Amino acid sequence: MEFTTNKIGGYAVLEASGRMDAVTAGEFEKACGELMDAGETRIVADLTGVDYISSAGLRSILSSAKKLRGMSGEIRFCGLTGMVNDVFTVSGFAAMFKLFDTAADAAQD
Amino acid sequence: MADALRLEALLDNLEALLDFVAARAKALDVPPELAGRVRLVLEELLVNVCNYAYAGSGARGGAEPDSPGLVEVRCLRRVGGQATNLFCVRIRDWGSPFDPLTREAPDTGAGLDERPVGGLGILLAVEMADHLDYCREPDANVLTACFIMNPTANHP
Repeated sequence: MEFTTNKIGGYAVLEASGRMDAVTAGEFEKACGELMDAGETRIVADLTGVDYISSAGLRSILSSAKKLRGMSGEIRFCGLTGMVNDVFTVSGFAAMFKLFDTAADAAQD
Repeated sequence: MADALRLEALLDNLEALLDFVAARAKALDVPPELAGRVRLVLEELLVNVCNYAYAGSGARGGAEPDSPGLVEVRCLRRVGGQATNLFCVRIRDWGSPFDPLTREAPDTGAGLDERPVGGLGILLAVEMADHLDYCREPDANVLTACFIMNPTANHP
């Protein structure tokens, strides 16, 4: 996977691209961990460039979300397309997290 | 190209198994829009086999007594009910009898604090395959996942 980070308002935006599968999902958790280490507790994960996610990807998201919750922080998502959107819906993640169309929408309030 | 691939049931072989199925799907004219779902279902089922099929028992099916057990994927096209064209993938392992489809489904309505990490793989496989079934052969576990390609031309 590839990641770039930037900042919009009080949110760190993590743009991810590639596949979040059993082989690569740990990279997402690591990228979130690095943001937390840098003091960021409000994260927007922009998944526009992610075209595939499996339960391993969900696992790394849930694990990161729980850590952020422990720091009174939050992770939100934007840019879900195709099967990534389907997987979020089926797993209940679409109801558990706040989802937005764009990073700019997600970083408001 | 052979229609089946048999490798040691290791996560290191996951990519090779998934890429094999993707190549077979293409060769069998499976619509490209199904590729993501096919890969997802196969990943979930294969990860399950790699993690559990040979856990706690002597590996069987391996070339040597101490080697990991084997897993096989086989791809075929079938005509299903109501004359639908199906793309099916059969996963076989020679581990202890285990039907992953009988496990209790996780609560997808639970909140962040209540949710255990993990346990979603089989749920995704069940939801994303059009048909998924398990059967036990005398010495093997067999999971068959099928995907509806399109209605046949004769039965629109």
